[in-house]
Amino acid sequence: MTVDPRLHYETPLKQTPFHARTSAANKMNHWGAWAGYTTAIVYEDDAMEFSAIRNAATLYDLCPMVKYRLTGPDAQAYLNRLTLRDVGKLPVGAVHYTAWCDDAGKLLDDGTLFHFGAQDYRLCCQERHLPWMLDAAFMLDVKIVDETEDIAAISLQGPCAASVLVSAGFDVSGLRPFRIATFPFAKRAVTVSRTGFTGDLGYELWIAPDLALQLWDHLMQAGAPWGLRPVGSQALNLARIEAGFITTTYDFIPAHQALREDRVRSPLEMGLGWMIDWDKGHFNGRRALLAERDAKTSRWAFVGLDIPGNVEAGGSLIYAGKTKEAGFITAAAWSPTTKRNLAMAHVERKYLGRDLWVEIYALRELQYAKLMLPVTIVDRPFLRLPRRTATPPGSV
Amino acid sequence: MPSFDALIIGGGTNGLACAARLAKGGLAVMVVEAGEKPGGAARGWEFAPGYRTPGLAHLVYTLDQRVASGMNLSAQDIDLKSLSTIALSESGHHLTLAGDFGAETTGLADADRKAWPDLRARLLRYAAALAPFRAMAPPRLAASGNDWPRLARLGLGLRGMGAEDFRELLRMMLTNVWDVLEDNLTDDRLKGLIAFDATLGAWLGPRSPNSLILLLNRLAGASGALTFPVGGMGAVTDAMTRAIEAQGVHLRTGARVARMIVQGDRAVGVALASGEELRAGTVVSAIGPKETFLDLVGPAHLDTEFITAMRHQKARGGAAKLHLALTAAPDFRGADLRARLVIAPSAHAVETAFNPIKYGGVPARPVMEVMLPSAHGAGFAPKGAHVLSAIVQFAPHTPADKDAARAAMLEAALTVLEDHAPGLRALIAHAELLMPYDIEARYGMTGGNWHHGELSVEQMLFLRPLPSLARYATPLPGLWLAGAGSHPGGGISGAAGWNAAERILAEARA
Repeated sequence: MTVDPRLHYETPLKQTPFHARTSAANKMNHWGAWAGYTTAIVYEDDAMEFSAIRNAATLYDLCPMVKYRLTGPDAQAYLNRLTLRDVGKLPVGAVHYTAWCDDAGKLLDDGTLFHFGAQDYRLCCQERHLPWMLDAAFMLDVKIVDETEDIAAISLQGPCAASVLVSAGFDVSGLRPFRIATFPFAKRAVTVSRTGFTGDLGYELWIAPDLALQLWDHLMQAGAPWGLRPVGSQALNLARIEAGFITTTYDFIPAHQALREDRVRSPLEMGLGWMIDWDKGHFNGRRALLAERDAKTSRWAFVGLDIPGNVEAGGSLIYAGKTKEAGFITAAAWSPTTKRNLAMAHVERKYLGRDLWVEIYALRELQYAKLMLPVTIVDRPFLRLPRRTATPPGSV
Repeated sequence: MPSFDALIIGGGTNGLACAARLAKGGLAVMVVEAGEKPGGAARGWEFAPGYRTPGLAHLVYTLDQRVASGMNLSAQDIDLKSLSTIALSESGHHLTLAGDFGAETTGLADADRKAWPDLRARLLRYAAALAPFRAMAPPRLAASGNDWPRLARLGLGLRGMGAEDFRELLRMMLTNVWDVLEDNLTDDRLKGLIAFDATLGAWLGPRSPNSLILLLNRLAGASGALTFPVGGMGAVTDAMTRAIEAQGVHLRTGARVARMIVQGDRAVGVALASGEELRAGTVVSAIGPKETFLDLVGPAHLDTEFITAMRHQKARGGAAKLHLALTAAPDFRGADLRARLVIAPSAHAVETAFNPIKYGGVPARPVMEVMLPSAHGAGFAPKGAHVLSAIVQFAPHTPADKDAARAAMLEAALTVLEDHAPGLRALIAHAELLMPYDIEARYGMTGGNWHHGELSVEQMLFLRPLPSLARYATPLPGLWLAGAGSHPGGGISGAAGWNAAERILAEARA
C-alpha cells in the first residue's frame, strides 16, 4: 500500500509491523500512543496478562522503542564519549544498560546498548535524540542511523519464555543474560537477546519488519502449550515496577524536554551513579558530575518505598514529619508478586533519615479520601527472581 | 626539558601582554609562537622587493593603558605619532578631523559645526563610562565570583552621569550607528566616516542592529586617539617582546603547536608540529577559541553542547587588506599623506558596500581606510617611492570562487582609489590583496576575522567568546584563553591578555 505522504495528518499514529496480529488480539480495543505508534494498553484482562508474565510466557510489541545503529571506526570512542559506562568493557555479542547526559550532567535518556561487531552497535532508548547525537559525533568517524522503522522488535517474557523459544527452534538454553544470539528464520535470521523490562526470565527478538507477522505466528503456535499470550503496556508497567526499573519521561524528565529548571536530574540523583565509569576518560557531563559527586551537591535521591495497605500511591507527595514536602512518587503499584504496596519516589536528600509520610488521595466512588501513611525506604529491585539470570534457564 | 609555570600559545599582542603580566606576577613563562618572530597581526613583511607592509593591522587606537605602562613601553623607544583623519572627497572637498575623534574639524558643513561637537562629546562620555569594563574580566550573571566593590563603583559611575544622560545611553547602546548619524548630523562625509569607523573589522553594516556599540567600544579603547608607530606596527610588538625578554620570559619562535596534551582531565602542555612536547602548570591560549578547542584540544575532551556552541560561534571576516607598492607619491587631491585617509563618501556608501557580502559577492564601490606608512619615515619603500596600506571593506569570507573574488575586489578597490587619486594606478609597481580567507590561511584566524570571532553585541562582554568562557577559564582545567576572541576583543590592545593574566594570578592565589 502506498500512502500519499501529504496525507500524514490523517494517520497521526503509525501502526507497528505486528499490528495485524495485535489488533486482532485486542479484545478490549484499548490503545495508547507510544513514540508515534498505536500500541495496546490492555488486550483482554490486565491482571491475567500480568499473571502470564510471572507464571507463563508473554509477547509484548516493542517496535516503537527508538533504535539507533552506530557503525564506523570511531563507534566505540563515540559511545564512550556519549554514555556513562565504559563501552570498552562491553564484549561483542553482549548488551548493557546505560544512560547519557547533557553537558551539565543531567540525564537525557537511558537505554540498552547492543554490541554486534567490532564497529557495530545499536542503542535502544525511549526518546529521539538524533540531532544531538550527530552533534556529539563531531570530528568522529561514526555513522548514526535511526533504524526504529527498519527493525521489528518483540519481547518474550516469563518463566516459560526459554521453553517457548526452544520449542520454536531457537535454542537459547546456553544464552546468558545480556548476551545476543542469532538463529535462522524463514531463510533469514532472527536476533535474540536475553534482555527485557520485566525482571523475569525473558528475551527480546529482533527481525526485519516484513517477517514480523510470520515470527508472531510461529511463536504463538510454538508457545500455545505454555499459554503464550500478548500483553499490553499496563501489565508490563506493573512488572517493571516490581523489578524497580525506571522509565524515561515517567520517572524523570529528559534534560532536553524539561521546561522547569529544577526538573532535571543527574544520574547520581536517579540511583544510576553505579554505572558511571570515572576512569574511562572524558564523557559528556563528566566534569559536572565529578563536581556534584565531590561537593556532594546532589539534591535528590531516587528511592524505593514500601507503603502500608493496598492503595496505589501514584503521583502522591512525600512529607517529612507529615508537614514538610520532601518529594513525590513517580511510579506505584500494589505488587501481586511481593504482596506489598510499592512505589518509586524522588526524595530530597536532606530528608532522608527523617520520618517520611505519603499523602494519598484515594478516589472512592467520586469522593477522595485523604490518607497520610508512613513510608519505609526499601531497596530496589523489589523483586529478585533467580530464574531471571539462571543459565541454563529453567525448562518447564 | 625546561618546565614553566605558564605556557602561552601565540605571541601576538595579547600573548605578549599576558606573558608580561604573568611574569610580573612571579610566574616562569614561556611563549610559543608559530612565526619566525612574535607580533602576530602587527608584524610587517616585505610584500615586494624593497617594499614593506606596516603589518596586517596598521594603526594603534586601542592600546591598553595597563599594558603600555605595565610593560613600560614608553621607555622602549617607540614613536607613536598622533594622526588626523581626512574623509576624502572625490571633488577634493576633504573633511579633516584632528585631535582625538575629531576634536577639531576643518571643512565641516555649517549645519554640523555645533551638532558634531555635541554628538562627539556625548559619544565620548558614553565610551568613557564603558571603558572600565574593558579592563576587567566580564562580570558574571551569577552572584558569586564577582568583584562587587569594583562593579558597584562602576555602576555608580554610570549612574553618576545623570538621569538624562544615562537614559540616553541606554536608548542608544543597542541601536545602529545609521540612526544616530541621521538623527544628529547632515554632512555625508562625516556620516560616512563615523559609519565606517563603527563597522571597521565587523561583519555588519551601519544599518545593522547594534552597530553603535562597536563605535563606543572603539572609542572606549583610547578615546578615539589614533597613532601610527614609526617603523610600523611591528615596532610596538618588538618593544613588547623586548619587555618580556627583559622580564625573563622564554620566547620560542618558529614553533607551531599541533595539539594540547591532556592528562588526567587537565591541560598539562602542548605538542609541537615537530613532535616535541612542552609542559607547563598552566596553558594559556592566545590564539582563537575555535582553533584552540576544535583543533588543539579536540572534542574528545569536551562536552557536546560546548563543542556545538563553539562551532556555531560567529567568525566572519569582512575586511580585506590591500598593499600597494607605489613608485611615487599618490595625490589624493591635495590631502596630507601622513593622515589616515578614509574613503567612505556617505553612510549609505558604507551600507551599500556591505550588502553584497551577505551573498558572497564583492562590492562595486568598497570603502576603505588608507595609510601611507612611508610618509612617516624610511624603511617601508625605496626613497621617493611609497607603500599604501589599506583596509578595504567589505570583502566576502566564503565566495564561490576565491580567486575571482580576490581579482574583482582588487579591481574595485583600485577603481575607487583611482577616482580619489587620479593617476594612482600608473604608479603601482606591485599590488597585494589579502581577502578574509587569505588572512585566515596566513594567521589562522577563522573566517579572517580580526577579533578571533566576531565582535558583536551577542558575542561581547559576558557572552564572549561563549558565556561559559567569558572569564578566561575554560572547561578543561589548566587551560585558559587570553586572545582577541575573549573580552574585550581584538585591535592592537593587549587588554584581553592582561585581563586573562590577572584572572590566572587571582586563581593561583585563591
